[in-house]
Amino acid sequence: MKILAAVKRVVDYNVRIRVASDESGVETNGVKMSMNPFDEIAVEAGVQLKEAGIAAELVVVSIGPAACQETLKTALAMGADRALLVETEVEVQPLAAATAIKAIVEREAPDLVLLGKQAIDDDSNQTGQMLAALLDWPQGTFASGLNIADGKATVTREIDGGLETLLLTLPAVVSTDLRLNTPRYATLPNIMKAKKKPIERSTPEELGIDIRPRQKMLSVSEPPVRTGGVMVASAAELVDKLRNAAKVIP
Amino acid sequence: MSVLLIAEHDNSQLRPATLNAATAAAQLGEVTVLVAGRDCATVAEAASVIDGITKVLLADAEIYEHGLAENVAPLVCGLTNSVTHILAPATTMGKNLLPRIAALLDVGQISDVIEIKGQDTFVRPIYAGNALACVRTLDPVKVLSVRTTAFDAAVTRSSFAPVEKVGPGPASDRVAFVSRQLTVSERPELTAARVVVSGGRGLASQENFHLVERLADLLGGAVGASRAAVDSGYAPNDCQVGQTGKVVAPELYVAVGISGAIQHLAGMKDSKVIVAINKDDEAPIFQVADYGLVEDLFTALPQLIEEFEKGSA
Repeated sequence: MKILAAVKRVVDYNVRIRVASDESGVETNGVKMSMNPFDEIAVEAGVQLKEAGIAAELVVVSIGPAACQETLKTALAMGADRALLVETEVEVQPLAAATAIKAIVEREAPDLVLLGKQAIDDDSNQTGQMLAALLDWPQGTFASGLNIADGKATVTREIDGGLETLLLTLPAVVSTDLRLNTPRYATLPNIMKAKKKPIERSTPEELGIDIRPRQKMLSVSEPPVRTGGVMVASAAELVDKLRNAAKVIP
Repeated sequence: MSVLLIAEHDNSQLRPATLNAATAAAQLGEVTVLVAGRDCATVAEAASVIDGITKVLLADAEIYEHGLAENVAPLVCGLTNSVTHILAPATTMGKNLLPRIAALLDVGQISDVIEIKGQDTFVRPIYAGNALACVRTLDPVKVLSVRTTAFDAAVTRSSFAPVEKVGPGPASDRVAFVSRQLTVSERPELTAARVVVSGGRGLASQENFHLVERLADLLGGAVGASRAAVDSGYAPNDCQVGQTGKVVAPELYVAVGISGAIQHLAGMKDSKVIVAINKDDEAPIFQVADYGLVEDLFTALPQLIEEFEKGSA
């Protein structure tokens, strides 16, 4: 079977982000960018299915500016076979990303689409579900377990209060949660090999899709800062403060 | 304005998150609640007494028993005639379901709304809560998931709103529910608890985590954990507080042996009173704490437990 994994280029998770002084957004100039960590888990899941002999091919796709090729190269170095870039300078919102991935799915006909449950920049947690809706495919979101057999995917999902297991008939969309796996680091030989792997570029116009933003960002601001508290010297003093100053315990 | 609020429930009880989302919904217009489930008439009744609700739609059928998005989304889309806003709490149920509805309606979605500025303008956290985005949607139907900690729970009243039966709609034959393993606990639900006591990597083992549980029980609270503690196997993953886990805002949050990584702070910094206990006086958790105690937790925690045992005796 064939797997498509979708990856997003985001501000690296170790970067302490700064809000632009004119409140137009978050500073990204000169900031380290990386693959969205949840998408790394999706790529790793795809590579593992290849290594297990379950998948024959792993294709990766990204939607965004030319710089997304770096993100795709990381995925290729992790073990993906080839990459597709839908190139655009327009801000890509979740419905637009889902629309673009759907167009790629119609061309590539994968049996399974893997992608992170959310991107750590906009934190939307929407693209996988939207893609499943547009394709009329079943969805296994927030997956912490994935097993493929006999044309079906058994997906264990992280839900409030515990875990849920669903059985999806392929083709399906699975969005990955933290505990599904630990993504590998790309080794230097694999990074070198990845340079020879193809990255095919297209545009939304060529795909015949509309990816205009549906939402307008009016402003981006700093969250309110908590004012510093007081230090206490002992457990007894702490209990006294909670009872008599904060009055949060009886 | 006509608002459709999707209720969260387990077929017998309405989940409290629905009440928080109801408060957000009431700010937007006349609210109809949809209860989709199986043998869930008691839930519809509970929804009908939420203050500000004008009508309850009850879709009671086998295909809705497990709340599968593949079945519930087309049902909702069939009810959107004249609806201007569709809301659900930003729980794992809402997060799973709402984007599927939005895409079927060919509209965007605004996730984790924390403030309603107007009919089409909303504030939501981005970058793990390190920035707040004010967003205006251009879509005719506004699909919103509501961060429950940002809105008070709606009160209930003595009069009942009418309950109208709807559906069932189409069902998918390509998804089957297999099982659900829920953590059984006597403690309050993490996201709804008045007190949360969380442990971090500093606990150093699963056995030691019982200290956190003991303190939580003495305070009538829920147990939370940092991602580090969950990844180390000290606590189950549904305890995780943080951007990728649960977002909580209790009256009292006690962080024990938690350094305070950005991802953890994003999940608890809206708590009313924050207590931090850590032996490292430079731990970032102290920057958001109202009360900080620099001490080895294996000294401080037994002392605290003793203090409260005295109080409860």
